[in-house]
Amino acid sequence: MFDLARIRNDFPHLQRSLEGSPVVYLDSANTSQKPTAVIEAMKHFTEHSYAPINRSAYRMAAAATDAYENARTLIANFINAGSPDEVVFTKNATESLNLFAQGWSRQRLQQGDVVVLTHMEHHANIVPWQMMAAERGIEIRWIPLTDDGQLDLSDLDNIIDGASVVSFTAMSNVLGTMNPVREIVDRSHAAGATVMVDACQSVPHAVTDVQAMGADLIAFSGHKMLGPSGIGVLWGRPDILDQLPPLMGGGNMIDDVRLDTFSCAPVPAKFEAGTPPIIEAIGLGAAVEYLSSIGMAEIRQHEMELTQYALDTLTERFGSDIVIHGPRNIEERGGVLSFAFRDLHPHDVSQILDEKNVCVRAGHHCAKPLMRIIEAHATVRASLYLYNDTNDVDILADALTSADDIFGL
Amino acid sequence: MPGLEDLYREIILDHYRNPRNRGELETPPAISVDGHNPLCGDEITLYVLVEDGVVSEIKTNGQGCSISQSSASMMTQAIRGRTLAEAEALIHHFKHMMSIEDHHHDEPGEAPALGDLEALQGVVKFPVRIKCAVLAWNTLSQALESA
Repeated sequence: MFDLARIRNDFPHLQRSLEGSPVVYLDSANTSQKPTAVIEAMKHFTEHSYAPINRSAYRMAAAATDAYENARTLIANFINAGSPDEVVFTKNATESLNLFAQGWSRQRLQQGDVVVLTHMEHHANIVPWQMMAAERGIEIRWIPLTDDGQLDLSDLDNIIDGASVVSFTAMSNVLGTMNPVREIVDRSHAAGATVMVDACQSVPHAVTDVQAMGADLIAFSGHKMLGPSGIGVLWGRPDILDQLPPLMGGGNMIDDVRLDTFSCAPVPAKFEAGTPPIIEAIGLGAAVEYLSSIGMAEIRQHEMELTQYALDTLTERFGSDIVIHGPRNIEERGGVLSFAFRDLHPHDVSQILDEKNVCVRAGHHCAKPLMRIIEAHATVRASLYLYNDTNDVDILADALTSADDIFGL
Repeated sequence: MPGLEDLYREIILDHYRNPRNRGELETPPAISVDGHNPLCGDEITLYVLVEDGVVSEIKTNGQGCSISQSSASMMTQAIRGRTLAEAEALIHHFKHMMSIEDHHHDEPGEAPALGDLEALQGVVKFPVRIKCAVLAWNTLSQALESA
């Protein structure tokens, strides 16, 4: 059962008050708050079990290795991976995307090969490919948007014709749009492309089944899904990960090293050079256990209801004074609400909201090409998660009203 | 937390609503420099015409929040008609007020009067907004270097 009161109680940071008022945290698309279960798991591991992994022979080291690998298994189960070996620990989704973009481009792509991205990508799924375009002479093509902030798939077959790679986001961090992942994956595969999905915004908020998605690789970050910062995941099909070269060389990633050469360890160790974020992996393992105990379908349901409430409330209270980007249909979007409020600059709106302890992001959300396309230099973004409630939305709306007092509109 | 009235002083809102010296200048003879705040996307294009060592004309274009826009507007008023040395001194003085530069960087001599710009003093209490306030000034520094 989805017990919101109990869930809110699980997050110590949300229990705090600042100058007598509660904290209204609406910036989870940026990074999420952490439940006690995650904080305690990391603390307990640090106090009782911390030791090197994959190196030393004593029992404590073996137990730490088991705990690290157990976290990998928990995450594999959480996304329905075929095997824990398909789960590569990285620093964050950005590293996961770079690992694939740089490795695959250098290994497989030649001058004139085509990589297809979309206009709604985060910089993390644009810049690595631009770097490779400059280095390898790759051509980048773009899937455009419709007026209501969805991917415009009307010309998709032409765009992906002859493409080597299609890499796109499952959910926009600006518009909230949830893309038809399976359809795009299938059509891209039919065109002969390898498909990467940036699932950084979707994995924390909805059921993820990599087998049902059908993609070749997906990337996501731990810190957006109740886990700590400093850990992310690259999931890949075994044959793809076998072909993908490592990005970093060092300890742990080798099978053998001689003065003139080296050979790689098997996947996933091949991609995990150096001492990995051990405590963070334990924390992410605890996070997916916590999320599973509530149920990702239940979390999605809660966020759909709350997003609908937020859309209705903001529209009813402010009418044409507020312009909310992205799809209106709740089935096609997540709880990311980017908006323009009157003619106020998002920084000023954010400042006014901060006065009421309402935490939102103001800016370009690391998606400047998208911002140019929707003709917004910046937006205010309120993003919802499992621990938010209708009261948070009401406080947001009340705080927006106080802009009148300052700017006298 | 300091009150918003420290930040949004009436004179700041006035410059935000009615920016002074907005527009463009012909280049050349004027020079133009773009400045932007990568954190938030605020953008400014500054046009500066320097004649005989004096900033004879200055205009701004771009978009941004009330703090960055009002700071740019007030800056154009304060800088127009100043010698390059006076302009440099003003830049240092303003950055000092924003607590991002120590006084010892100042040119010797009396600190120039900031006038309306004093209203931006409250920004210091909101550290995230200091970048907004100094955007136009950093852009001016760049422009004067190339002048």
